[in-house]
Amino acid sequence: MAEYKRPKTKAEFDKNFKQKKPLMNDTEAYYEASRCLFCYDAPCIQACPTSIDIPLFIKQIHTDNITGASKTIFDSNWLGNACGVVCPTGVLCEGACVYNHQDVQPIQIGRLQNYATNKTMDAEKVIFKVGESNGKKIAIIGAGPAGIACACEARTLGYDVDIFEAKDKPSGLTVYGIAPYKITNEEVLKEVEYLQKQLGFNIKYKNAINSKEELKSLESNYDAVFIGVGLGKTRHLGLDGEDKEGVVGAVEFIEELRMKQYKVNVPKNVVVLGGGNTAMDAASEAARMGARKTVLAYRNSKERMGAYGFEYDLAISAGVDSLFNVTPIAITGNGKVEGVRFAKTEMVDGKLKTNMNNTFIVRCDMVIKATGQAKQGHLYDLINNLDIDNKTRIKINDEFQTSNPKYFAGGDAVNGGAEVVNAAYDGKMAAQGIHNWLTK
Amino acid sequence: MIDLSINFGGIKAPNPFWLASAPPTNSGYQIMKAFDAGWGGAVWKTLGVPVVNVSSRYGSVNYRNTRMMGFNNIELITDRPLADNLREIEEVKKYFPDHAVIASLMVESRAEWEQIIKDVQNAGADGIELNFGCPHGMCERGMGSAVGQEPEVLKTIVEWVKEAANIPVITKLSPNISHITDPGLAAVQGGTDSISLINTVKSIVGIDLDTYAPYPVVDGKGSNGGYCGPAVKPIAMHMLKDLAQHPEIGKVPLSGIGGIETWRDVVEFILLGATSVQVCTAVMHYGFGIVREMEAGLRQFMEEKNYQTIYDFAGKALPNVTEWKHLNLKHKVVAEINADKCIGCDLCYISCDDGAHQAIALPIDLTNRIPTIIEENCVGCNLCSLVCPVEDCITMVKRDDGTESLTWDERTLNDDIPTTFDDDRAGGKGHFVPTPQDALKHRK
Repeated sequence: MAEYKRPKTKAEFDKNFKQKKPLMNDTEAYYEASRCLFCYDAPCIQACPTSIDIPLFIKQIHTDNITGASKTIFDSNWLGNACGVVCPTGVLCEGACVYNHQDVQPIQIGRLQNYATNKTMDAEKVIFKVGESNGKKIAIIGAGPAGIACACEARTLGYDVDIFEAKDKPSGLTVYGIAPYKITNEEVLKEVEYLQKQLGFNIKYKNAINSKEELKSLESNYDAVFIGVGLGKTRHLGLDGEDKEGVVGAVEFIEELRMKQYKVNVPKNVVVLGGGNTAMDAASEAARMGARKTVLAYRNSKERMGAYGFEYDLAISAGVDSLFNVTPIAITGNGKVEGVRFAKTEMVDGKLKTNMNNTFIVRCDMVIKATGQAKQGHLYDLINNLDIDNKTRIKINDEFQTSNPKYFAGGDAVNGGAEVVNAAYDGKMAAQGIHNWLTK
Repeated sequence: MIDLSINFGGIKAPNPFWLASAPPTNSGYQIMKAFDAGWGGAVWKTLGVPVVNVSSRYGSVNYRNTRMMGFNNIELITDRPLADNLREIEEVKKYFPDHAVIASLMVESRAEWEQIIKDVQNAGADGIELNFGCPHGMCERGMGSAVGQEPEVLKTIVEWVKEAANIPVITKLSPNISHITDPGLAAVQGGTDSISLINTVKSIVGIDLDTYAPYPVVDGKGSNGGYCGPAVKPIAMHMLKDLAQHPEIGKVPLSGIGGIETWRDVVEFILLGATSVQVCTAVMHYGFGIVREMEAGLRQFMEEKNYQTIYDFAGKALPNVTEWKHLNLKHKVVAEINADKCIGCDLCYISCDDGAHQAIALPIDLTNRIPTIIEENCVGCNLCSLVCPVEDCITMVKRDDGTESLTWDERTLNDDIPTTFDDDRAGGKGHFVPTPQDALKHRK
């Protein structure tokens, strides 16, 4: 059931990917801000991974101190603008709003936050100061949200910062991996540019760190190194026929979509494998790109999906169909994908069992694997004494320091894949950890 | 059968809802439109020697999401020639003979008073209102509040007017005075048929933070305005009460003015002794249609309380407004929190802890955010119930059995009041307060 026509122009693409949290106008912000109760020890602050003083910035918006509101936001979260729209606010700050207990709409905290920071950025207000130079240098691997946050914080503490980024744009998954209806490329890049202009950290694009020599050079030229490399490519599932044309990873699919937008050709029938938020995004995006039939297939039950309920609802509302308790066993087709053979699964004694006697084929022209990203283990292997856990996540202490004291880490590389806001928090805290270590 | 009609000191009207002398009564067009919408009377925008007004005339105080919670103006009396106004008064009376059209007047000399009274009577006005209240502009020229602030002058002018007039006279008072009963009594002694109050309160509603000029800004400068709107209602009600309870002044009919916008406001003013109400700001905000809500609400109230006319309940609250010294010191209420309704904003906790008597505790285990009342510390001040955003979540519950009564006045007579600085009879002696150091506990 296709709800969307295939977008052929930028305008049609933008229409299909209409922003879920559009920018508030002044009147809307004024009235919405006026509803905030200014709770004591507010639950929204407690629910925010970066502990933004939300009642304060809302009061500041209401009193038309927009610059002050933005300062409050950025002081806690360097990616305050992006987080306003990409955070799952319904399960974080807005989910904690006391109005929920009264069956009253919670305050639209995310949109208010985005309203303030957008205004401040558009007015090019200078609100940050670079710390007095302490002559020390920090290298950051990866210009994703963790790396950017680490860079900003380090600059305020007086460090010189160079970020080494494999791609040609900053922000990592915020620009390459978020569903286009959550934030536009322009808005993501605007925030980094705004921060960079004031804080003056360097980003060396198309400069992946892949070798022992490069790491050696970082170690000798910098006082500390922050690893904010996130996760890698979509993991190989080892399915029969997985290398057929038309089988793509979700991360790669979303990246292509964000960069090429309406120029991406999504065929008529799409199967998306997975039950996490990325699977929901990919399915929703395929549908919005005009796929006639998009089927979301998850190996377990609906209740066991990792995705937030609202993300699933969003995919369904875009016209996505879903199949539960099915696991792919082979990709069929002659060179090009023609379908996926699934086997039914069921829970037996708390374990998911595949019933190979009950299989069927769903015909399709494209398979999107949203079944997890590989870790950047190849890089970790090159660093001396770097402890990783059994899921290839970098181990850190309370100061975000790894087992190799010169290296600090945060974001997806440490938590295995979470929200932008978690990476922003990690980056900031890691910079403080580095500072504590270097000034001990 | 409810009858809303009134006879206000000789001025008859189909209902007590009148428009106050102000911008909404600047023309016959507006007043006809208002009568058509349901208003029972209108006090014409003050007539006199026409003025020249400035551009940029109104300022506003917005509170949270409410616009014009307070409102001020620096507009003067009518700037239209008298003849135009008189012709329109005549026309309005022709179409609405049973509605009250009252001419507000403000002139200087006795001769001017006598002439203008004759003119408005000839035009068919049902009454005269003397504007002794405007606190901006006109007072600089010795009129308006300049008269309202000088009881002797006020009395003299009322006497002139009463001698010249053969229609009822209302004297409108200024609140910009220490004791409203001073001009009130002067008006009654001068022979006024009735009194209306309040006029606007001298005010500055705000300062432009870039130009440092007060609102409304006239080419970089401003002047004090007259404050009105919902914000002034409590001040108006108190002054109305003072006049209504006065043995002499209370005998004349009182027209209540000041922040009236809803039926509740109307009923409250009537309960404090008003027998007509005048409205301006609410109309300037919402238009004449606002009267629909006032009338419907007033009728509903009267039906439920079984009143036929507004005179059945006029002044009914007056016996309960007394001096502090007559309040029962044995009366005791404490706050009660309905845990099922509580949403956990904890404003009651912080308002009590920071702003009152440290009588609310938060749960220690933090499994929920529902506070509890420490009853022995609660003095029954109401603050928590006032800040609580949930209807009926915090209620003040009576704890005394109602059998005992003892007032300050009685205690004074019994020689049982604190008289020295460290008197054992101090009301708060022994009452729990945390130590000053407790404030810094969180620093560890």
